[in-house]
Amino acid sequence: MVVQALKDQGVDTVFGYPGGAVLPIYDEIFQQNDIRHILVRHEQGAVHAAEGYARSTGKVGVALVTSGPGATNAVTGLTDALLDSIPIVVLSGQVPTFMIGSDAFQEADTVGITRPCTKHNWLSKETETLSATIHQAFHVARSGRPGPVLVDIPKDVQFASAEYTPPQAIDTNTYKPQLKGDIEAITELVEALEKAERPVFYTGGGVINSGLGASQLLRELVDATNIPITSTLMGLGAYPASGKNWLGMLGMHGLYEANMAMHDCDLMINIGARFDDRITGLISAFSPGSKKAHIDIDPSSINKVIKTDIPIVGDVGHVLEDILKVWKARGRKTNKGAIAKWHEQINDWRAVDCLSFKQEGNTIKPQYALHRLEQLTKDMDRYITTEVGQHQMWAAQYLRFEDPNRWMTSGGLGTMGYGTPASIGVQMAHRDSLVINVAGEASWLMNMQEMGTAVQFRLPVKQFILNNERLGMVRQWQELLHGERYSHSWSEALPDFVKLAEAFGCKGIRCDNPDDLDEAIKEMIAYDGPVIFDCLVEKHENCFPMIPSGKPHNEMLLGEAKTEGAIEAGGAVLV
Amino acid sequence: MAALKIKKGSTKHSAYNLRPNFSDVQETHTLAVNVDNEPGVLARVIGLFSGRGYNIESLTVAEVDHHGHQSRITIVTKGTPQVIEQIKAQLGRIVPVHEVHDLTVEGPAVERELGLFKVTGDGEKRIEALRLAEIFRANVVDSTLQSFVFEITGAPEKIDAFADLMRPLGLVEVARTGVAALSRGAA
Repeated sequence: MVVQALKDQGVDTVFGYPGGAVLPIYDEIFQQNDIRHILVRHEQGAVHAAEGYARSTGKVGVALVTSGPGATNAVTGLTDALLDSIPIVVLSGQVPTFMIGSDAFQEADTVGITRPCTKHNWLSKETETLSATIHQAFHVARSGRPGPVLVDIPKDVQFASAEYTPPQAIDTNTYKPQLKGDIEAITELVEALEKAERPVFYTGGGVINSGLGASQLLRELVDATNIPITSTLMGLGAYPASGKNWLGMLGMHGLYEANMAMHDCDLMINIGARFDDRITGLISAFSPGSKKAHIDIDPSSINKVIKTDIPIVGDVGHVLEDILKVWKARGRKTNKGAIAKWHEQINDWRAVDCLSFKQEGNTIKPQYALHRLEQLTKDMDRYITTEVGQHQMWAAQYLRFEDPNRWMTSGGLGTMGYGTPASIGVQMAHRDSLVINVAGEASWLMNMQEMGTAVQFRLPVKQFILNNERLGMVRQWQELLHGERYSHSWSEALPDFVKLAEAFGCKGIRCDNPDDLDEAIKEMIAYDGPVIFDCLVEKHENCFPMIPSGKPHNEMLLGEAKTEGAIEAGGAVLV
Repeated sequence: MAALKIKKGSTKHSAYNLRPNFSDVQETHTLAVNVDNEPGVLARVIGLFSGRGYNIESLTVAEVDHHGHQSRITIVTKGTPQVIEQIKAQLGRIVPVHEVHDLTVEGPAVERELGLFKVTGDGEKRIEALRLAEIFRANVVDSTLQSFVFEITGAPEKIDAFADLMRPLGLVEVARTGVAALSRGAA
């Protein structure tokens, strides 16, 4: 019944790990060929892989885990998907209904534990309603603001048989988020847009979650109005990096021109972003002179952090369509002269060239490594995942994304260990594409067991590890904030990554010389199988630009100079 | 979620007032939340308040439509206007929540609470307790030679006042239900 429900939901891939309480479902999986099951090495990996699959396809990702430890291991992945609004369905086994509450072997209160880290969850106690519950779970996961859901299925419910309910028979009216935006508010926004002298689009993951159509509409609107656009970490690719109005990423490690534009604009149009603290910096000094419009499908995102003048609740795609309609109907007006001046100002900021770096000597700079990776792969059918830390920010700065769904990173939760399993999920969905996980050595070690999965299923994922033998971002904060006392931010006793690759049965490449880098990257790309690439980089490089905690956008640090005392007591308590 | 009418700027017909009001003044609001009566729904609501650091001053819950499996949760909460708006929006996100009504904003509402008070003593104090109970229209629902149990319904302030009066007269135990509330008028 479970397998039938998955098939009817269009599922072709499930990431999972068997155990006592899910054996009946595994038995069904064994007896069919429509759904491919990917055996991971740890349940956290299953959930991240499902996330990678979901983010790169726009479909719902599915993971299957057993009761107790299987379910608790899934918690990090569920929380990650919740914060980044990724649609996944996790099916977990549970001890039989008559043993629930008896502290049975591998029993855990799974719905209790996962309640705050799912969009919704269900304990399915009756076989009669199981298929309906699974269909409802898919509906909730993908509707409105997407998110993770979990269905906990006791073993006796799996064994029993009952009549199957097809998805068409499900009443989805009980959960129906608002898609169309209020037309009055949309008109108000268009009026503001026509007059604005220094407007900026600030877009986020909501554009990507809304589907390919939303990205198309965004591009049309941005190019027709000639308004500059920046994006959060989660929204990269919705507008192409080669587009003429692209400012680059904003936020704590965003580009100078993007953050300055946010600070000095007179109209900010937030499309599917949520004013995260990595974006706003000091809230009281956040874009002080601007009128703010906010388009979000989740009413709770509006006015949560930043006062909004023009709130629009609705799906990004639907609202953008209406904005374009209204704007065109009113005669396609913009304040052309002022916007041209605004672009001049932005070009002055751009001239600061905040991402410039000097590659000198025999040590590879991490920025250089990513710059070369970009140059050598930019025209390929490429998907990027990352771990969390400095390398992630450098990847966001130096890699350029032309299309949505090409960039998979753990934004809200900042989960180290996300990238390797996510790359496996992405590669499963795109068997012939180039999938690269840009990693730091410390993050990478957190879920390296999934290389076994990659080898078993012949998934040629490339693990591009920027190895500085440090927890780089922790080290950077300790340098800026804790008097250069580097408490436990060294990666001691690191494995030999090349030998490790050989032990897993894949290819290992080490590179420590900038002159050899291009050849080594080419070798990685050309190899038909998974690769662990150990790129030894400068150990003490810091990630800039940086808005220190507790500072506004226009007080960014641009480089090594003047970093001491940059964070004051008020900022030090922030994360 | 279907019933959530989210209209910009409207405070009359919607639980949401999306216009910002970032004042620091603490306000007390009474929210009526209609939910599917399914396992865990109360835990979701309470978990939301504890997880996001909101206050609960009073909370009542009971099934109100047996056939439709609907329950009504009445929550009295305190916070700045912005926090109150967040609470309503966050409640609205919960999948089995159908409607969130802010009775404090939507117009006059009847708020009632039931309290049980055990008062022990004898002589003058006992007579005084009984006399005050009559003034408050509290019923005696249990009585021994040394004690009374009074049942009183009314607005929470009335019950507070009754408790204050009973305290010096031998109040030993109190049970209160928390507030149940309905909007006044036909709507």
